[in-house]
Amino acid sequence: MADSAPVKPVSQPDELTEPFFAAGEEGRLLLATCAACGEMRLPTSPTCPICLGEGFEWNEVSGRGTVYTFAVMHQRYHPAWEPDLPYNIAVVELDEGPRMPANIVGVENDDIVVGMPVEVAWEREGDAPVPRFRPVA
Amino acid sequence: MAHRLRGAAAITGLGITPMGRIYGKSSTDFAVDAVRLAIADAGLDKSDIDGLLINAGITGFSGGGVSLQLQNVLGMGNLRLLNHMNAAGSTAAQMVQYATMAIDAGMAKHVVCVFADAPLQQGGSSAAAYGNAGRRAGPSGILGLSAGAGHFGANTAYALAAKRHMSLYGTTQDQFGAIAVAERAWATMNPAAKMQDPLTIEEYHASRWIVEPLHLLDCCLVSNGAVAVIVSPPDQAKEMPQPPVWVWGMGQGHPGDARRAGDSAETETGARLAAETVFRMAGVGPEDIDVCELYDCYTYTVLVTLEDYGFCKKGEGGAFVEDGKLGPGGSLPTNTGGGQLSAYYMWGMTPLSEAVIQTRGQGGERQVEKHDLILATGNGGALSYHASLILSPHQN
Repeated sequence: MADSAPVKPVSQPDELTEPFFAAGEEGRLLLATCAACGEMRLPTSPTCPICLGEGFEWNEVSGRGTVYTFAVMHQRYHPAWEPDLPYNIAVVELDEGPRMPANIVGVENDDIVVGMPVEVAWEREGDAPVPRFRPVA
Repeated sequence: MAHRLRGAAAITGLGITPMGRIYGKSSTDFAVDAVRLAIADAGLDKSDIDGLLINAGITGFSGGGVSLQLQNVLGMGNLRLLNHMNAAGSTAAQMVQYATMAIDAGMAKHVVCVFADAPLQQGGSSAAAYGNAGRRAGPSGILGLSAGAGHFGANTAYALAAKRHMSLYGTTQDQFGAIAVAERAWATMNPAAKMQDPLTIEEYHASRWIVEPLHLLDCCLVSNGAVAVIVSPPDQAKEMPQPPVWVWGMGQGHPGDARRAGDSAETETGARLAAETVFRMAGVGPEDIDVCELYDCYTYTVLVTLEDYGFCKKGEGGAFVEDGKLGPGGSLPTNTGGGQLSAYYMWGMTPLSEAVIQTRGQGGERQVEKHDLILATGNGGALSYHASLILSPHQN
């Protein structure tokens, strides 16, 4: 066990987000649509932070957005990430409004710019789907 | 017209423990030391203290931080005011605010506000002390997506904010560097500062990347230690041994964490709301402030805070700081003890403790001559929480 390769600590489904990650297995991006106000979000709780409504349903979206901001990590924080250094971390603003943290793939770090159009590109780490984004061709 | 509470209380005691890489003490031990020092500084006896507000640092999140148990360790059995508070780096200013209101309400007389932390472990790095959040097993759900993207700790959050500002306004690395250089110049005159060697802009640029656009020298220190202040009512403050540090203004602003289009807390922070309140209460504006003691977890935090308090226009913070006006001899002396970047990292107690020293006129070699109004800010989370005080040696 002690010699096993370190594994990146990627996000696992919880009760609220099981459909989100299940869709990710199929390369699809879902957002939660509030039943009361219709705003779409990445749900961190059952409550809509805009209208405080409780119900929502999952809807597939285009997976397109833009780079709101990004940074390039040089510091070794976790051994599993060490081979990737320096790696980028972006915040992607989806066309529907929500922002999500994700790595940008398929582009050199030096070529990433704020405002760049991107689209979701699900990848896998171990047995878990991870939402990443690539530049729109 | 200034607010009724302007001058309603004063900081009358200050206790700063030795700090930095000091091992073998818990944060509770440090807290006790700071409280003891503050009580002595104020010329009080322990029995005079009837209020205790406690703020644990990062160890308050990870376990082992100073807790309500501090009351019992200190043997304070007749408290009229007690709480354990946490709004991250904004808490220090908040504790003084709540103490001031409680004193004005007659709920308590002498309120101790203490911050303590001891995240550094022998042989361990600052990164290990502060970056462990991402190492906890099992990120999950939407909030877990950050860890899943390799986003560890505050450095990344502030790098993302700084990059957004650079992109929107053309802010440069030289401008961040000017802040680091100015603060270091102050630190060379502060015997309590950890970083005593002068810093050049070339050395700033040569320091290694942590997470671009942040160099090592854009990032604060990590320290073990504690700071306590005592807040007292006017009639008492005037009779106590130290020059009173009067509370002129109090403000808060908390955007939380921006998560969707239209939010812009990375570049227009909670300091904007706090500024409205703190200046209104004090009956002054940014043009009246002589000295700034600004929360400087990162160089960028200083730059954006100056903008949000109206010392310059939004987006012009880079040009504003670039001429060195924040340093010794500059037109807006800022972080005159070296701040969190070069002196010591005690969350909001770093700016607050230096504000008390400067307001009293006890800054020694680094004392700013004109120090009638001093702004002290606190910031926490990823520019999520903000609180501030305007302090003065004059009650009115």
